[in-house]
Amino acid sequence: MTSIALVAASEVLSPLDGGWFLDNAWLAPVVPTIGFFLIVLFGKKLPKKGSEIGVLSLAASLVLALGAAWQWIARVGSAGEEQFVSPVVHTWTWWQAGGVQFTIGQHIDGLSVIVLVVVAFISTLVQIYSLEYLRGDRRYTHFFAALTLFSAGMLAMVIAEDMILFLLGWEIMGLCSFMLIGHWWEDGANSRAALKAFFTVRTGDVGLLVGIAMLFFAANDWTTSNLGLSGFSIRGISAWALSGEPNSTVILLAAIALFIACIGKSGQFPLHTWLPDAMAGPTPVSSLLHSSTMVVAGVFLVARLYPVFFTGLDILGPSSNVIMIIAAITIVIAAALAFVQTDIKRVLAYSTVSQLGYMMLGLGAGAWLPAVFHIFTHAFFKACLFLCAGSISHSASHHSFDMKKDMGGLRRHMPITFASWVVSTLALCGVFPFSGFFSKDEIIDNVGANGYSLFMVIGLGGAFLTAAYMTRATYLTFFGAPRGAAAGEHDAHATHDAHDSHDAHGAHATHATHATHDGHDAHAGPHESGPLITVPIAILAVLAIGAGLFNATPFGESWEYLKRWVEPRAVVVVEPRAGGPGESLVFSATAVTATPIASAPSAEEGHSKSPCGSEAPSEGVCFAPQVNHAKFKWSKALLSLAIVFAGIAASWLLSVAFYGRRDPRLVGLTQRNGVARVGYRLLANKYYLDDLYERGVVANVAGPISRAAYWFNQNVLDGILHMVARVARSVATVVYRDIDQRLVDGAVNASADATKAAGTTVQPIQSGCVGQYGALLFATAAVAALVFVILNT
Amino acid sequence: MLTSQFLLLGAILFCIGVYGVIARKNAVLVLMSIELILNSVNINLLAFALRNGSADGHTFALYIIAVAAAEVGVGLALVLLVYRNRRSISLDELSEMRG
Repeated sequence: MTSIALVAASEVLSPLDGGWFLDNAWLAPVVPTIGFFLIVLFGKKLPKKGSEIGVLSLAASLVLALGAAWQWIARVGSAGEEQFVSPVVHTWTWWQAGGVQFTIGQHIDGLSVIVLVVVAFISTLVQIYSLEYLRGDRRYTHFFAALTLFSAGMLAMVIAEDMILFLLGWEIMGLCSFMLIGHWWEDGANSRAALKAFFTVRTGDVGLLVGIAMLFFAANDWTTSNLGLSGFSIRGISAWALSGEPNSTVILLAAIALFIACIGKSGQFPLHTWLPDAMAGPTPVSSLLHSSTMVVAGVFLVARLYPVFFTGLDILGPSSNVIMIIAAITIVIAAALAFVQTDIKRVLAYSTVSQLGYMMLGLGAGAWLPAVFHIFTHAFFKACLFLCAGSISHSASHHSFDMKKDMGGLRRHMPITFASWVVSTLALCGVFPFSGFFSKDEIIDNVGANGYSLFMVIGLGGAFLTAAYMTRATYLTFFGAPRGAAAGEHDAHATHDAHDSHDAHGAHATHATHATHDGHDAHAGPHESGPLITVPIAILAVLAIGAGLFNATPFGESWEYLKRWVEPRAVVVVEPRAGGPGESLVFSATAVTATPIASAPSAEEGHSKSPCGSEAPSEGVCFAPQVNHAKFKWSKALLSLAIVFAGIAASWLLSVAFYGRRDPRLVGLTQRNGVARVGYRLLANKYYLDDLYERGVVANVAGPISRAAYWFNQNVLDGILHMVARVARSVATVVYRDIDQRLVDGAVNASADATKAAGTTVQPIQSGCVGQYGALLFATAAVAALVFVILNT
Repeated sequence: MLTSQFLLLGAILFCIGVYGVIARKNAVLVLMSIELILNSVNINLLAFALRNGSADGHTFALYIIAVAAAEVGVGLALVLLVYRNRRSISLDELSEMRG
């Protein structure tokens, strides 16, 4: 392990390109923040009720993000082959307290740029979609305000230079999620779902706060003396985690605390239960927040502070770690739950949970780049699927999301929606050459290549389940006989789920307005949605096909663009003495060529290995651990493709038999067969997790706590309060009689008397005789002159 | 140097001015006395300016002359109005306050 040759290679170093967009990427969150305040203050007075500000500010952010991406690619291109591409960092001091500087700033590297582009892009499309989808809503302006604020928060989190700004963005997202899920809060179910989402995520968020504090206190000394950065700085924490300094227990606990936050935010087992309920919000919200952007914040956190998790949880070590175990459980249980849902959005919600599990699995198994790539592709096809579901409810199924009651046979009526849905479904299942194939297969492949065979099998099993439940949903929605609203029935209002009937109408104020809307729907029956809905869907569908080509491993090294642009290079960076905190560091020398480490598992031949991650650098610092990349083999890809096709075929046959022909051998199986009945009940009740939380945790913990708090309030606090009041009253009496009446009033009266006496004494001087005034003036001047002369001599 | 003589002249003029301001009843004479005071100050300034070889005193004296001209203008206008109203410019008769 000591055979690492440090080669001073000055000729490899080249100056890195910069640019206006990279230097000013911090404007990307600032613009929507300003937009939010403008919407809140002036939105209702504007002709489009504030929506134009939202769309324009997000479009501006998109331009800034794309510019930053373009210049980042140029920056990577200007670097040497083995050179560390330092992030573009700018910091400003926010406030100071007790010698600790809290800074905010931007940290632009490949990961920031890719997520920045994804968030800005999908936010823009979803806002355009919402123009039509939420038309006429009661709280139209507030909806756009919250959506814009959400984007600002997410963009701020993505570019954050330190954990303080990261936390700020994270919490803004949580707040906006709450506001948007409960957008139609008149319905009790919606506000309950909003509260559930908020509190469940908050449970995890405690971990984030604890983790940040632990990292600060553990890392601050090292980062300050070695890098001139505070213990909140992401660069500082990353370098510290790989420096060999940290105590293994401390960093393990910090990593677990941070991962608990990710479990809450990214809907991992066992805190995933809020995500399906969050579908109570309007569909654009589900599409933007609860599938493509906000819920990947947890994954982003792991990817961002990867060195902490890498060292703390011993990723790439011989045994499996907590991230992989949680992720594997999540993949399987969420995919299984998707089979028993009748609500199309809930199917997609469980699918999102399951896909987030894939991303976590990748990160836990050392497949950093495939996981980030999956964030990228998943955002497009899952946002597209949600927007398709919204399009169906908007134009075909009369604001219902129930696949069994109100859908079926829609492929003829909605060609664009149908085509986009199919494309995105194939991408989600991972069919070649759609985008999901490249990312999901790469995750599974790398998990196996890093030696975790069990988890690779779970990943493949998850792929089978994914293909199966998506086929079922597709069959129920677009094939078979039209049912309910899709067949043109409009009297089935009472049977709709409560929240569904609100969609697009808001809370319909009167029955009359609702009836007119019905009329508008009725004359056309199920039909294709307008261009404001179909164009964003079509754009996302194109990306669902094509986004995989950004890192198409099967086509060879030259297609791995994201590997070059996004993955931080694991090289030892030797830095000069840093300036004071707040100044950006300039790294001078890097470029370490090292011999391959023999003991590293599956180290590829011909690849130079840097010591980052596996051992502490003897000189300089590392900002990213060295990870392996699996060699792509068509045999492995064909195996997973075969599994996917098997899933699609099996599910198609079962769906046709069960839902189409009502095959007597299948119908009622859950009543006849004991095993099937138990399984179905378990799934239908969501593994009883909600019961556990509500009856177990909430009733047994929150109930007694609230009762105890009430008793404490009544007896202890009120007792103290009464006693304080009595004491205060007697003190006040004494104060009034003795101090106020005698002392204060006496002083006031005495001063008034003194003033009066003085006035009477000097009254004669005001004679009105000018000569006398003059005499007094000159006498005073003479006395003053005398005093001066005496003082100066 | 003649500085002491200049200063002595200034002091004499000043005293005459002060006497005039305090003792005279005629408002015009009081104004003239004030002019004397101001010019005595001017003589002092010029004397010190000559002694120190600096132009500051000259500048300041010119400034005082300008201010004095304005002051006399305002003062004479006041006296004229008082005379029109009361047919007298005696300062003693102007007092209406009873302290």
